[in-house]
Amino acid sequence: MLHFRRSRHFIAISVLTLGLLGGAHGQAAFDLQMRSLAATCAGCHGIEGNAVQGESMVRLAGLPKDYFILQMLAFREDKRPATVMHQIGKGYSPEQIEALASYFAAKNISPKN
Amino acid sequence: MLNRREWVQGLLAGGSLAALGGCATTGGAPSAAKVVVVGGGYGGATAAKYTRLLSDNTLDVVLIEPSRNFVSCPMSNLVVGGLRQLDDITLSYDGLRNKHGVTVVHDMVASIDVEKKSVKLANGGEIRYDKLVLSPGIELMFDEIQGLKQANVEGQILQAWKAGNETVALFKQIEAMRDGGVFAITVPEAPYRCPPGPYERASLVAAYLKKNKPRSKVLILDANPDVTSKAALFKKAWSDLYPGLLEFRGQHKATGVDAKSMTVKFDVQDDVKADVLNVLPPMRAGALAVQSKLANANARWCHVNYQSFESTAAKDIHVIGDAIQIAPAMPKSGHMANSHAKVAAAAIVAELKGWELNARPMLTNTCYSFVSTSEVIHVASVHEYVSAEKTFKTVAGSGGVSAARSELEASYATGWARNIWADTLG
Repeated sequence: MLHFRRSRHFIAISVLTLGLLGGAHGQAAFDLQMRSLAATCAGCHGIEGNAVQGESMVRLAGLPKDYFILQMLAFREDKRPATVMHQIGKGYSPEQIEALASYFAAKNISPKN
Repeated sequence: MLNRREWVQGLLAGGSLAALGGCATTGGAPSAAKVVVVGGGYGGATAAKYTRLLSDNTLDVVLIEPSRNFVSCPMSNLVVGGLRQLDDITLSYDGLRNKHGVTVVHDMVASIDVEKKSVKLANGGEIRYDKLVLSPGIELMFDEIQGLKQANVEGQILQAWKAGNETVALFKQIEAMRDGGVFAITVPEAPYRCPPGPYERASLVAAYLKKNKPRSKVLILDANPDVTSKAALFKKAWSDLYPGLLEFRGQHKATGVDAKSMTVKFDVQDDVKADVLNVLPPMRAGALAVQSKLANANARWCHVNYQSFESTAAKDIHVIGDAIQIAPAMPKSGHMANSHAKVAAAAIVAELKGWELNARPMLTNTCYSFVSTSEVIHVASVHEYVSAEKTFKTVAGSGGVSAARSELEASYATGWARNIWADTLG
């Protein structure tokens, strides 16, 4: 829970780091950057977190935000055994993890996948 | 997923129907599109799809690719090793068409007019663009190895580095080889497409021979001083699984072949004779990039502005995939091309909408290699754009290779393929 509480600070940080774009297009440009960040997961975890069913990669769509953050922090800190995610997890900042957690939590699970 | 109504709306918004109406002679190719993508491999297919997705289907996209189907290079070594069929790694472009509203044109681009911002098709016709994505892959430089072009045309010495018929033909050569024969693969100097690919191929051929023709031998004749990717893991697998069967020799730069005696010549080392020769020549950016003067790094690779993948030689042309001059620690891989494509697509959407470019785009890469029929190793990396240095760098502390080869990672390797195929084409 320590890590989770710490992650609460990241909400403010992520708004600062990702939300610098002002003007009329600020929100649309912000959304595009968020979708681009999430797309870096899609090669293995599917479009908007809907991984191909029946394969070993985890679906991210609809995962509770807190769960996502806890798992990613555990990977980052080598506290959850992994083959590759401990190496990938260290590539993302806590702010980015927070932002991704919110993004995927809000995504629907696709029935087709 | 788009339903049909949304898809048609997207087309209308993007002007594709109007553009299609203007088409006369090219069998369905429109005369103009906001975004034209040349090359339907991992890079181009992903760029076409993500330009549609990230623009909420407001930009019309034409993808030009001569092949009717997508044949995956990743996983193709399983076909060379007799474990999979070509059908297993062959995918359709229908998803891009039907789910994402991409206009797929099966043709070659004969030339690019940078000033007019248009491409000429080999079968006639011209398509104007606002933005061009060029994902031409690699050209195999057969002329760098004397005698290779002829031997390849005649089917005696294969490359099978662009997955397709040669992939199957190479397995057939190995299948027909006598027990006690030699399979030799030559590796060009880095950089080349898929750094661990030659070593994975050698491993899978060794696995096949160990089971079926155990008196045979696999030779890796490498122009580089050492194994260029996952070296310790490959070497451990070779000494554990294929002792006496597989041999690695560094500093072997192939300069010529003689198909009659099935011999490879090297710049310094002695000639090597084999029963099956798989010669990988040096590589450069696909011919269209070279011919269009976009390969401005040693006339071999294409320099890009990494924030958007726009060519440094031509405005509004974005070059992605194996054809680019790589940033430090960036492999020429299918997954990396898929990652490039997403950054380029987002940059194109932002530029055409008049938005600011993403200041910190990210790339990921995971590359799995089979070292036996059941065990796999990986290398993974995460890269971020560092604006102060105008390049991508791996995020400090991230990335790495497998702790050890494992069957668990074999399940991830096949899962990776299914997922990235869906991400690229689905």
